[in-house]
Amino acid sequence: MFGIVRTIWDVFRHGFQPRVTRQYPEQPAYLPPRWRGRIILSRDPDGGERCVACYLCAIVCPVDCIALQATEDAAGRRYPEFFRINFSRCIFCGYCEDACPTYAIQLTPDFEMSEFRRQNLVYEKEDLLISGPGKYPGYNFWRVAGVKIGGKDKGESENEAPPADLRQLLP
Amino acid sequence: MATIYVDDRPCRVDPQQNLLHVCLSLGFNLPYFCWHPALGSVGACRQCAVKLFRDAHDRRGKLVMACMTPVADGARISLADPDALAFRAGIIEGMMHNHPHDCPVCDEGGECHLQDMTVMTGHDYRRYSFPKRTFRNQYLGPLVNHEMNRCIQCYRCVRFYREYAGGRDFNVFGIRNLVYFGRYQDGVLENEFAGNLDEVCPTGVFTDATHKRHYTRKWDLQFAPSICIHCGVGCNLSPGERYGLLRRIVNRYHQDLNSYFLCDRGRYGYEFVNSESRLRQARLGIAAGKWQSLAAQPAAAWLGKLLAAGDVIGIGSPRASLEANYALRLAVGPRRFFAGVSDVELRLLRLAADLLRRQPAPTLREMESADAVLVLGEDVTNTAPRMALSLRQAVRQQPLAELEPLKIPVWLDHAAREAAQERRGPFYIATPAATRLDDIAAETWHAAPGELARLGFAVARVLDESAPAVADLPPPVQALAGRIAAALSSARRPLVVSGLACRSAALLEASANIALALRRSRQDHARLAIAVPEANSLGLALLDPRPLSEAAGAEALIVLENDLYRRASASWVDELLAGERRLIALDCLEHPTTRRASLVLPAAAWSEDEGTFVNYEGRAQRYFAACPPPGEIQSSWRWLRDAMREAGREAAAGWQSLDDLLAGLARDLPALAPVLNAAPPADFRMAGARIPRQPHRYSGRTAILANLDVSEPPPPPDPDSPLAYSMEGNPDQPPAALLPFAWAPGWNSYQAWNKFQEEIYGPLRGGNPGVLLLAPEPRPAGDFFRNVPPPLAGRDGEWLLLPLYHIFGSEMLSRYAPAIRQLSPAPYLALSAADAGSLGLHAGENVALWLDGRAITLSLKIRPDLPPGCAGVPAGLEALPALELPAWSRIERGHG
Ligand code: SF4
Ligand code: SF4
Ligand code: SF4
Ligand code: SF4
Ligand code: FES
Repeated sequence: MFGIVRTIWDVFRHGFQPRVTRQYPEQPAYLPPRWRGRIILSRDPDGGERCVACYLCAIVCPVDCIALQATEDAAGRRYPEFFRINFSRCIFCGYCEDACPTYAIQLTPDFEMSEFRRQNLVYEKEDLLISGPGKYPGYNFWRVAGVKIGGKDKGESENEAPPADLRQLLP
Repeated sequence: MATIYVDDRPCRVDPQQNLLHVCLSLGFNLPYFCWHPALGSVGACRQCAVKLFRDAHDRRGKLVMACMTPVADGARISLADPDALAFRAGIIEGMMHNHPHDCPVCDEGGECHLQDMTVMTGHDYRRYSFPKRTFRNQYLGPLVNHEMNRCIQCYRCVRFYREYAGGRDFNVFGIRNLVYFGRYQDGVLENEFAGNLDEVCPTGVFTDATHKRHYTRKWDLQFAPSICIHCGVGCNLSPGERYGLLRRIVNRYHQDLNSYFLCDRGRYGYEFVNSESRLRQARLGIAAGKWQSLAAQPAAAWLGKLLAAGDVIGIGSPRASLEANYALRLAVGPRRFFAGVSDVELRLLRLAADLLRRQPAPTLREMESADAVLVLGEDVTNTAPRMALSLRQAVRQQPLAELEPLKIPVWLDHAAREAAQERRGPFYIATPAATRLDDIAAETWHAAPGELARLGFAVARVLDESAPAVADLPPPVQALAGRIAAALSSARRPLVVSGLACRSAALLEASANIALALRRSRQDHARLAIAVPEANSLGLALLDPRPLSEAAGAEALIVLENDLYRRASASWVDELLAGERRLIALDCLEHPTTRRASLVLPAAAWSEDEGTFVNYEGRAQRYFAACPPPGEIQSSWRWLRDAMREAGREAAAGWQSLDDLLAGLARDLPALAPVLNAAPPADFRMAGARIPRQPHRYSGRTAILANLDVSEPPPPPDPDSPLAYSMEGNPDQPPAALLPFAWAPGWNSYQAWNKFQEEIYGPLRGGNPGVLLLAPEPRPAGDFFRNVPPPLAGRDGEWLLLPLYHIFGSEMLSRYAPAIRQLSPAPYLALSAADAGSLGLHAGENVALWLDGRAITLSLKIRPDLPPGCAGVPAGLEALPALELPAWSRIERGHG
């Protein structure tokens, strides 16, 4: 008997508590930068496509929802010919970002990507590529790698000696 | 067997070997770089350090290089010793000082031995902060890519290229920490086996340049166990497919055949599968040059109606599978089944098969251990390339045998080569023109095929009095025959190599006589190898087809995977196809024959198909599809089955899978029944599961086709094999014939083959794939051939025109691959300097070659090695009409 009265009292009291419901989407939620949401492909500080089509994100993806094909420009810079993420499969685990050696693929604090048709959740490179470096402003893989690309000759990467002169015989 | 203790565990090992070899054979993971199973040890990289203890009480021990230390009975070693571990990690760290930050853009990544060894030793953090050494790369041609920064100075490349493959245009340059591996200057690598650098080099310095254009990581390729289609040796390989495109070929270890190496035609010829000239749709010719596409069902019905009417003949093919040829033979009937090769070639193939019934052919591994060799008439490097690489090893046998008193083991490669210096075993080459093996030959002799045969008969005669004598042999040739006979008869494992290149029965008979004479004098290890032209030449001959020249008169003609214009003169083919006759062509590529066909049926290319090839040994080997054929394309045998079904033929109508066809074949032709054992049947399962074609980390499964439809389709079914188009299945080692690729935990590179062999460089676990179809009959080895050809009578004003073979260009399919096409020669006519001089002709001039009353204009090339009175043209080039060579021809100054 007492229990019933007590319960009714609690319910009545709750009617006067302050409300906690947030008026989303009128009031957007704060999401930290590390939030694992919609995936983007970023560009390096020079504005070039960062992704070098190494396939590491694709192999690490536990649901196998990344597919791409590598190609090269005339000067030897490698980039993806196509890059596809099937977001209807993605579990936003962030492994791809962890695996990426160039900081190209990044997860962003955006989760608002629902669609009425599942097919629309298939994103191609045009849908993924943004115009800036995203969370990692400074890094440019090509400045560190040893291969030659347009605008960077052998020996011009960071911490590299000039190309060896094979005809000198000094000990 | 010796017993050694590895980390206190007793192990039984081969006492002739080194510690690295036995540790890997035992399954231990011991890092290494410079050692290679086929190249032996040189101790250059210091990566394979282990602790060796004096006895059971020694706790300190000393570090030794496992690859340089012979096994001693009772030896105690430790792989896990902390000193050894630290030493190995330190070596890797040193190698990494200068290593570029390239893995993400390095084509070796994911199949890199350096990555594997780095992970295995545990080196994971860079402490060296000084500048890295850099190098400029070289252009090495359309096949091999060079990225020299990645080199770790293991010296494997230069040892393979110069010492194993005999190349001269590649070396190591420079001094101290600036050693450079490449050519003296940029240029196409000349050696026919240069592509092996891709797999021999443990890093990404040398990679596949054709693969680079459509690059895919190893883990993303769908592989199949396959057999090379580009010659008759039957090398085992793994084609890898992704997104419907054939991406690359890698070697698939077979102890008796290719072992670790392929030739460049086999490795790079694959791109014909992706060619623009692929036939993709059935089509009906409605008027000259006018086509109408046809769906599969009406196309089969069209052919079925013809079959039902009855008057149809079939022409088989030496590059189509045994199964496809058999299906055609069944469709048209054995009496209406004709060989898709010239009559001479068919006769020679039958002769070769007969000789195989007398005595089994040597495997490539046996050829490597021959200690005296005679090559009679065959330019092996250009007709059966991989065989030439094995023959090259044979000259080492005699010097190696002489090393026995010095107690230098064969695997101690540098010491063995130093001790042998330039000494070479007896190797004689008698061919129409210079060959790429001439540099190792003790003597070479260039003469017309008939003369070569006479030399062969003379050698047999010297060896055995009862062999037929050769009349009127010039004394120098007689003397040469004497020297060859002496070398062969004093050898323990003499070898005679011949082939079909000269289209001369006398040559084969002479070779057979020599082998017989040797065996009669109780040299039981004497061997005869006959190189056959194409992947399934022998298979076609075993189906007992009728000679091509008898094919005529029928209402309709089915041509299976063959271009008739390569097999007979254009005038003959035109006549065969003249009138109202219907031509039905089944093939994967467009060529002159398909252009003339009334009905074209698009056949699966070999990498999309399953079937059996019979190689030069008579070994039947099954190849499997790397991916299902796209669209309307299907296997030739399925087209023929559909047509037979339409025609109401009971026997074939029920074929659902390759096994059904094979069962029919075995019933029909009991002599060929062993082909059933070439590989396990389609219902074979391992612990209830299929064998996956894809590595277990194949990526993109839910994205590859998502642009077309977001719901993933199920993997395509495969009724023809126990393999699955999937990453799912049994992960254990399948039978060797079904092994699609080599991968083992911690071993992502092709060094993983170590984990699949019973013993390093030995047989694959479960036995080497393939079955020999031509078991020697138990009766005595037959009698001598007695048809000695007369001496060549020169003709006034005429030249004997000989075929000159080219590894790139003479074979049809590989010529559709852009990189190979780039390396193919332009058509030419070759004459010796003296003969050109007698005609007043100079190199580069246009000459008119008269054959069958028609003139062909060719540019003149001077070949000093051609015998007098002989001229040569490149064999098999599409620009040259099919010439039945050798033939007599007139040569004149051309126009323009
Ligand atoms: S977040 Fe995870 S599931 Fe999504 S693409 Fe990246 S790796 Fe794959
Ligand atoms: S891991 Fe990074 S660089 Fe590599 S393919 Fe993925 S996005 Fe591109
Ligand atoms: S050679 Fe191996 S370790 Fe070096 S960059 Fe290439 S993949 Fe990486
Ligand atoms: S190029 Fe490759 S094989 Fe040659 S020494 Fe360097 S790492 Fe070794
Ligand atoms: S593998 Fe033993 S020293 Fe290189």
